[in-house]
Order: sequence, then C-alpha cells, then structure tokens
Amino acid sequence: MALNLDFGAVLERWPSFLDGALLTLQLAGVATVVGGALGGVAAIGRRSRYPAIRRLCEVYVEAIRNTPLLVQIFLVYFGLASLGFKFSAVTVAALALTINVGAYTTEIVRAGLDAIPRGQIEAAEGLALTRAQIYRHVVLLPAIERVYPALTSQFVLLMLASSVTSQISAEELTAVANYIQSDTYRAFETYIVVALFYVALSFLMRGGFWALSLVLFPRRRRLGTPL
Amino acid sequence: MHTSPPATPDAVVTLRDVHKSFGPLKVLDGVSFEVPRGTVTAIIGRSGSGKSTALRCIDRFETIDRGEIRVCGHAVHDPALDLRRLRQDVGIVFQSYNLFPHLTIEENITLAPTAVKGLARAEARARAAEVLAKVGLGDKLQAYPEQLSGGQQQRAAIARSLAMQPKVMLFDEVTSALDPELTGEVLRVIEALAASGMTMVMVTHEMGFARGIADEVVFMHRGRVHERGPAAMLAAPTTPELAQFVGSGL
Repeated sequence: MALNLDFGAVLERWPSFLDGALLTLQLAGVATVVGGALGGVAAIGRRSRYPAIRRLCEVYVEAIRNTPLLVQIFLVYFGLASLGFKFSAVTVAALALTINVGAYTTEIVRAGLDAIPRGQIEAAEGLALTRAQIYRHVVLLPAIERVYPALTSQFVLLMLASSVTSQISAEELTAVANYIQSDTYRAFETYIVVALFYVALSFLMRGGFWALSLVLFPRRRRLGTPL
Repeated sequence: MHTSPPATPDAVVTLRDVHKSFGPLKVLDGVSFEVPRGTVTAIIGRSGSGKSTALRCIDRFETIDRGEIRVCGHAVHDPALDLRRLRQDVGIVFQSYNLFPHLTIEENITLAPTAVKGLARAEARARAAEVLAKVGLGDKLQAYPEQLSGGQQQRAAIARSLAMQPKVMLFDEVTSALDPELTGEVLRVIEALAASGMTMVMVTHEMGFARGIADEVVFMHRGRVHERGPAAMLAAPTTPELAQFVGSGL
C-alpha cells in the first residue's frame, strides 16, 4: 500500500501547534526552575544532620521514582479536587511535573554533592565559613557542574514527558495534536509535525542550558576542562 | 620522656593530657605541649604516630576524648566552643592544598574575608594581592588552581589562610605531595612567615627544614610526645626511638 501523506490540512492549523508548543515550553520551564530548586533543597536535605529531614526527603524521592508520571498527575488532579481546590488543568500539570522532576533532580544533585572531596569542605570550614556559606560558595556549583549533563537531560526528558498531561486536558502540544488529528483525520501527519516540534523544543532547551552553563561555570568557559 | 611542663603565660596553643581514640585504636595517649607566641613548633614522627591527629585537634577537625586544648583563649575541648571564632584565629593548610577549583586564585582568597569577616570587595581584593605577593604569586590573581603547579597551589593555599589574618598557622604535611624542587619554594614561604613572627605548628617530614626553622621539635611516638626540645635535639637524640627515626633519614 502506498504511503499517502497530505500535510495541507494539518499545517493549516499551525497557530494551534504553536500555542501548544508554547504551553509545553512554559510547563517545562516552570518545572525546571521550581523543580530544580526543589531538587537542590531536597538533595541537601538528604545530607541533613537531622534524621527526620533525611527520611522525609528519601520518602519523597522514592515515592516519585517508583510511580508512573501519569498516575502522579491524576493523584494531584483528583487529590486537589477532592480537597475542594479548584485549579486549572495547566496549574495541576505544572505542579505534578514540578514534583516529579524535583525527585529526579534530588538524586542527580546528590550524586554531585557526594563527588565533592571532603578536603574542600574542610578547607572551607578551616576558613570559618558557615554551613550555608559552604554550600553556596564551595559545594553547590562544582556539584552541579559535575552532573550538569545528567541534569539537563533530565529536564529535557521532563519536557518530553509533559505530553502525558494531555490526559487531564492541559492544552499542550500533544493535546493540541490530539484535537487536530481528530478534526483532520490526518493522524500520521499530525504526529509527524508534533514530533518535529518536540525535536525543536529539545534543541531549544539544550541550547538554553548550554548558554546557562557559560554563565554558571566561568572556569569551564575559560579553560574548557572538566572539573 | 613524657613530661607536663608548667604553663607558659604566652602560649598561643596548649595541649594538656590529650586523649583521642578512633574506635578501638588509641591515636593520642596523653599528649601535652605548648606553643609560645611567635615561635615555630615542628611535630615529627612516623606515620601513625598521631602527629596529624594532634594538629587537627588544635583546629577541632577532630574532637578529643579527654584532656584540654587551649588556642588563643578558646577552650577547644569545650563542646560549647564557638568553632567559627576559633577558626578565625587559626589558619590551616593541608597536604592536598584544597583550593576551590571553580574559583580563581583571587576568588579563593577573597571568599572568606568577605563572607566571614564582612570585608568590602575592594578591600578584600587589595588584601588578596598583598598576600599573593608575599608568597610570590602576585601575577596569578586571575589564574584557576588547575593552571598552577603543585607548589604554586600550595603557596596560594597559604596565602588564602593568611588573608584571614590568623594568630596561629597550622601546616599539615604541606610538602608531602610535592617533588623536592617544589618543596623548596613552599618551604621558603614558610621560612619567611616564621621570620615575620607568625606562630606556627607544622607536621613535617622535612627533617632538615625542621632543624632549620623550628624553635621546638615535638617527636611523637605511639600517640605520645616521646621527646621534645629545641631543634638541636635532632642532632643529639636522647631516646633510641628518636635516634632511630632521625637515623632512618625520613
């Protein structure tokens, strides 16, 4: 059977694709920034001197890493609703994605923190820096630099995984595609276009992370060597 | 020859009957010595004799089980000690330099004076330039640690400590990772520091250096101060252990 592709009707809907792509990017952006911060805090929390805090962070990470994203989204969606909160699908999607990526970020950042030699911390302690100052000035950035590729991959992965929020009708890229293919009956073409959009978004994010790395890691920018 | 000499009023560092175990392993077994202001004390001894541990106890990198440590008026043995005030008075330099690799040499040096002492950035930078010049690295402000040789890194680490204007400096085998040529350049910096009147305690394997620079040598053996005295004692040991240690050429 010959392949008969007709993109005409699909491409006519390009403004909708663009809206969906924009929302996908926004969801990914919020989850990356807030979830990244959450993961950083939880990674430090896993090294807390208080067992209760360590335990709490551990439970969070394990709960998220051992359940599917879609189920987490439904849990947030129906959980908030049954508590009487009325949030839009987009808000719920952003929240669920944030919680999800925060847990994975925790584990990645933790690996980076563990890779900081003990001597670095001792030197900082010897200079009378506080614990908070040591994290801020001595530990955090080198830790992140070491795991930066894994971290950015995780955020790109999250952007791709945000497609499942179409299940609660957040009108991101995949949800838009679902409408368009049912309107146009051109399912294959629609998803080809959507796939290309995701590829473009991935490259956009990777480019953004590369640019950010130039700001975050001036040593690497100047010397080009790994830490 | 383990004795407890009377307290010197001018002592910057005093250890009195200090005991410390790592699990079943007794590392310090009643260590006492003191370091008068403006003097250099060299702690020598075999690996495992407890000399590094003794030094690290002075800056509370190890807590002691029993005994007393006083440093610049701080009761280091007291669990309620304000660690950060102690460490503003004590500079410590490690065998592995431990410069912060992501920061330039200047940033390495200005970090603590700005963050801990609240120095203005411009003032901290002026101080960084000053201490770096002192260790002969005036042109390396903008370099990153990995661009420096081991000896230069160690000198930068000394400068980083000096920028906090400590009252006493601790050196923990600071030349052990360096080849003889680089060792020389670091030792010359320490010599100049001694000449400027800095109170210093150093754990070292450089016998010639200890003899040349130390006002007092503390020979540790099996967790105790086995023999202590002026550097001249290295030439005429009174205990067979020290004679053997010096004789082995370590």
